[in-house]
Amino acid sequence: MTIKDISEILHAEVLCCEENITHEVHTACGSDMMSDVLAYVKNQSVLLTGLCNPQVVRTAEMMDIICIVFVRGKIPDEGMLELARERGIPLLSTKHRMFNACGLLYDKGLRGGDLK
Amino acid sequence: MSNSIKLTYQVSDDDFTRAGEASSNVKSKLKMMNVPPDAIRKVAISMYEGEINMVIHANGGTITVEISKDCITMVLADKGPGIKNIEQAMQAGFSTAPDNIRTLGFGAGMGLPNMKKYSDEMDIQTEIGVGTTVTMKVYIQ
Ligand SMILES: Nc1ncnc2c1ncn2[C@@H]1O[C@H](COP(=O)(O)OP(=O)(O)OP(=O)(O)O)[C@@H](O)[C@H]1O
Ligand SMILES: [Mg+2]
Repeated sequence: MTIKDISEILHAEVLCCEENITHEVHTACGSDMMSDVLAYVKNQSVLLTGLCNPQVVRTAEMMDIICIVFVRGKIPDEGMLELARERGIPLLSTKHRMFNACGLLYDKGLRGGDLK
Repeated sequence: MSNSIKLTYQVSDDDFTRAGEASSNVKSKLKMMNVPPDAIRKVAISMYEGEINMVIHANGGTITVEISKDCITMVLADKGPGIKNIEQAMQAGFSTAPDNIRTLGFGAGMGLPNMKKYSDEMDIQTEIGVGTTVTMKVYIQ
């Protein structure tokens, strides 16, 4: 699916980098702990998180994650949007909670990727 | 590219939102230099973990990065409290981070083991009350 598909499935608002939402994504991860994202994520291209601070964008940058979805209606501030714009990472915001957001995407074919 | 490039960064502890700026800068420089993506990823993740540690555990410090033809060397030096027991600190899940750090998304005790995993060589020199210097090397294949 594409990032645009994600925004439609989750009724999510695209907050920046609209020009990149046609990019294909195959795997995703969901976590509020950036420590765990850094330690366990391998080649996932989407990060779903309820954490909302600039280190979320930086963690995504380091992990080559190309899209961030904020769950529970979290809205990043201007500083975070700016960081994301510089890196071309679309930020999405959905009202769904983590479990449902992940489930909805899984149902449409997005996967978590391999263990390890 | 015969001679190496040396980059120096001051990491300050007063602004958590800026933590990671140095790693981000190094990552984009390596990209511009056409370093293989695998090596860039290893440097980015290990350096970012180290930079975050300097900010949350050690009041900031200095990072120097040397990029040569076949190797990237990162030296992260701080004047923080030092690490009491390195062996214990290296264990996955060991953390002394306070709860407010956990609400920021860090403090799972995964950083040092992850730095070990993503670097090809890692050395920690530390002294209580004096500071810690972490040196990591990533080889370019
Ligand atoms: N530069 C440092 N100065 C002083 N103590 C450190 C330093 N780096 C790490 N430590 C100590 O080692 C422990 C383990 O570090 P590690 O990076 O593995 O986990 P963490 O930083 O607590 O959590 P995480 O990295 O998962 O966010 C820390 O909790 C801290 O006690
Ligand atoms: Mg750490």
